[in-house]
Amino acid sequence: MIPQAVDYKRAGSVSEAISLLAENPDAKILAGGHSLIPAMKLRLNSPSLLIDIARIAELRFITAGDGAVAIGAASTHNDIISNADIQSRFLAMVEAGELIGDTQVRNMGTLGGSIAHADPSADWPGVLLALNATVKVEGAGGTREIAAADFFTGFFSTALEEGEIVTEIHIPNPVAGANSSYQKFLQPASRFAIVGCAVAVVITDGVISEAKVAFNGVSGEGAFLDEAVSTALLGKAATLETIEAAVAGAAEGIDINEDHYASKVYRKHLAKVYAKRALVAACEL
Amino acid sequence: MSNKFIGKSIKRVEDKRFITGHGRYTDDIVLPGMTYAYILRSPYAHANIKSIDTSEAAAMKGVVTIMTGEEVGHYGVPCGWQVNFKNGDIMKEPPHPLLVKDKVRHVGDAVALVVAESREIAQDAAEAIIVDYEVLPAVTDASKAVEAGAPQVHDSVPNNICFDWEIGNPKAEVDEAMASAAHITSLDFVNQRLSPNAMEPRSYIGHYDNVYDRYTLYTSTQNPHLIRLLMCAFVLGLPEHKVRVVGPDVGGGFGSKIYHYTEEALVTLAAKKTGRPVKWTETRSEAFLTDAHGRDHVTFAEMGFDTEGKIVGLRIKTFANLGAYLSTFSTAVPTYLHGTLLQGLYTTPKIHLDMTCVFTNTTAVDAYRGAGRPEATFLLERLIDLAALEMGIDPTELRLKNFIAPFDGVTQPGYQTNVALQYDSGNYHGVLARGLEMLGYEDFRKEQAEAAKTNKLLGVGFSTYIEACGIAPSAVVGSLGARAGLFEVGQVRVQPTGSVSVFTGAHSHGQGHETTFAQIVADRLGIPMENVEIHHGDTESVAFGMGTYGSRSLAVGGSAIVKSLDKIIEKGAKIAAHKLECSPDDIEFADGKFTVKGTDKSLTFGDIALTAYVPHVYPANLEPGLDFSSFYDPTNFTYPFGCHIAVVEVDKETGATKVKRFIAVDDVGNVINPMIVDGQIHGGLAQGIGQALLEGIEFDSTGQIINASYMDYAMPRADDFPMFELDRQVTPCPHNPLGVKGAGEAGCIGSTPAVVNAVVDALWSGGHKVKDVRMPMTPERVWTAMQS
Repeated sequence: MIPQAVDYKRAGSVSEAISLLAENPDAKILAGGHSLIPAMKLRLNSPSLLIDIARIAELRFITAGDGAVAIGAASTHNDIISNADIQSRFLAMVEAGELIGDTQVRNMGTLGGSIAHADPSADWPGVLLALNATVKVEGAGGTREIAAADFFTGFFSTALEEGEIVTEIHIPNPVAGANSSYQKFLQPASRFAIVGCAVAVVITDGVISEAKVAFNGVSGEGAFLDEAVSTALLGKAATLETIEAAVAGAAEGIDINEDHYASKVYRKHLAKVYAKRALVAACEL
Repeated sequence: MSNKFIGKSIKRVEDKRFITGHGRYTDDIVLPGMTYAYILRSPYAHANIKSIDTSEAAAMKGVVTIMTGEEVGHYGVPCGWQVNFKNGDIMKEPPHPLLVKDKVRHVGDAVALVVAESREIAQDAAEAIIVDYEVLPAVTDASKAVEAGAPQVHDSVPNNICFDWEIGNPKAEVDEAMASAAHITSLDFVNQRLSPNAMEPRSYIGHYDNVYDRYTLYTSTQNPHLIRLLMCAFVLGLPEHKVRVVGPDVGGGFGSKIYHYTEEALVTLAAKKTGRPVKWTETRSEAFLTDAHGRDHVTFAEMGFDTEGKIVGLRIKTFANLGAYLSTFSTAVPTYLHGTLLQGLYTTPKIHLDMTCVFTNTTAVDAYRGAGRPEATFLLERLIDLAALEMGIDPTELRLKNFIAPFDGVTQPGYQTNVALQYDSGNYHGVLARGLEMLGYEDFRKEQAEAAKTNKLLGVGFSTYIEACGIAPSAVVGSLGARAGLFEVGQVRVQPTGSVSVFTGAHSHGQGHETTFAQIVADRLGIPMENVEIHHGDTESVAFGMGTYGSRSLAVGGSAIVKSLDKIIEKGAKIAAHKLECSPDDIEFADGKFTVKGTDKSLTFGDIALTAYVPHVYPANLEPGLDFSSFYDPTNFTYPFGCHIAVVEVDKETGATKVKRFIAVDDVGNVINPMIVDGQIHGGLAQGIGQALLEGIEFDSTGQIINASYMDYAMPRADDFPMFELDRQVTPCPHNPLGVKGAGEAGCIGSTPAVVNAVVDALWSGGHKVKDVRMPMTPERVWTAMQS
């Protein structure tokens, strides 16, 4: 629990952070530190330099635009759940953010830090998948915009290239009839998700016209969109029967995670239960 | 005597420093020239050490010294309680070396100590030490460790059996009683291993003063004097008068800081060797691996009933896991602190416990909040609730059929159990009746029937417990194998200006002694509380002491202070009589005044204090000064009891359990500070409910703990609980001057089976007639129970 000696630099701007990263290939980006610092204390990770981007003002904003809400990567979990534009548009984000850690964690941890870390059990990846978010990244070579579905590539891995940092997350504004929900079965110690299910639906005249169902915690490979459940919902009446029939096929063909809190069989069962609960909430049944 | 403080919820005087972050814990102490130690620990549960190479580490800049088993392995820490085999043979007591040189026996076993200029350097150097291990198969389950062919933890201990032991009636009589039973309820269960998780990790500083040839050990401990005695007399061979042990502010112990740990002796040796102070503070990861764990029983128990529902017999076979080495009190916990409580609140005529205590490749197991008594209560209360379900009798009615009748221990004798103890006073019907009233039992059963039709099952679980506190009459525990007395010391020094310094051998590590003890002193002497200062935790200021554990501080330590207060008042009356020109018999002392009976002639306590130290007008043949020290050795244990009731809701879809209500009616005798007692009960409930639902050390097949961090070991949090509903009944202890019984462990002892019983009750209400759900009752375990 004693980290190796490490240098620390607080970047004043995105460009400074990117330069520092380019100059120090062993460096790690510090964006809240709630996963990185414990790993360093256990000496699982021993970077030579920490580049702190959590206090870069240009990374900490939430702006509601015509097409999307843009969230700066250094926005804390608490910034997000207490933002009126988020609250009125993306209930799933509020429900997910409120269940991250505790008040202290929510005041320090950031959205960008969480998704760049891509813990398979973290809450944000599933939510961003369901809400069809786009992740904006920047490196020495310029900026890229990556769909969430392409950003998360597996167990603690993302589409970020060497020298790139996450700068913004864009979430498309909800259309008429849209709603979302995130329901989570907590691991009682860490309070990460054993199963987290994020859903976004559009209901038109009582019929589910769009649906995205995403899970985190279920697979060791990370958050994923469950296309089978989404497809099974489309064009059907927004009823409990529809939902129950659709979730029966949840997490099929997925390499299910297991640990001493949840076996594969139980986790798969929970995936169905929590998909149902999230869909019932989003469909306001 | 005044009546201003006792019985009042006085705010804790120590809290100002604690809640403003100014507590002074061992790790806060920085001595000039301080060095820092790091201990290299075994990553394996069981392995031979083929070689240790410290050369690279020793050459690193900033490394002061490195010690290995080669240098200090001949020193070892002792066990403080000898228990014999059934056949009279002495228990197996293999050495517990300060550093291991030949074979590591659990993950975290200490291999080398690095002393350096900083903690970082010490750990960097420790990582440069090369240890060549030959890994051996490990065993972690006590019931499997006794099997033929199991890995052998110590060569000198065949089949890993430290000792076997029994208590109660002769086995044949119990077998006969069970054979006559109309119904037998049996239960195969595990009372799982727990990690104590004190908020402050263990921390020690060794200091050697070469001018005076004196040692000082600062230690995060529950009993400084006992540590000094053990370390000096049994480990290092140092004279006690050359050694000072200080236990400053200590952030929780729950039993885990009672014991003399190897690291205390190591920093002392290292300080002498280096000539510099040596501080070692464990990391949280080390705490999980090396702080003595609690519980870990594998049990098969049977309770027999006649056709009327009266208990006719209780028969138990238990394997208790002691870990790899004997900790200070580890042998007493599954025996004299456990077997002696198997009478419970019931008139069970025949009881037999067959206990086998076993070494395994695991962290040592010792007392953890309740220590043996939670295991006894769990066993009894699970059996009786399960028997009620099986026999179709209401669980409260079954208890009432079997309760020991009320007795006050004054006009009625104490209750002699079949397992050695004699209960002091009790009214068991009273606490159950009050609990049921608070619950609204009849309405609950209706609500439960409705809930059974939904996705959320409701259940209620009862636990009517008794425990033994106020440890203990020295002669009794001595006859049972304790290698120490268990009295307490209380010194009261009245200063010339009338303020009072109190020195107690009890040690506060969260209990609020500085408040509770001051309430007693202020009331007895009729002075303001702020005129009283409580000193504890330093062998140089406190004459002697046995420390704090087993809910003993008030019953034993408080009584020692009362004895000294009585002597102060008696001597004060002699001084007052002389000055007021009357006989001491004509003096009465009340509200801080010595008064000639029937007159308005009086002197204040302050007048008498000053006179004692400026004895110009003073009785002949009376020594000056007003300062008394007393040793109090209790005549019996104290026996708090109570009724705990849990109401739970079980989610049929997920198996998740939510505690909806928790009612605790405790009888802890007289209460000095109700708020502090409530706090003790709350903390105990959190740990007891935590055991039922959340906590538990889990090993893999190689002996690694798979949940040795707060990311994986579920400590309970406030939002895991409802608001607790507390009430108290008061049946004073008849044999100590305060009439107090002890409240530190009650919450933890009573609550665990109430919660498990409630979950089982909920499952039965849903048609799932399971006997048990293994603790911690994780959602998956409960869900699995509902699938069968």
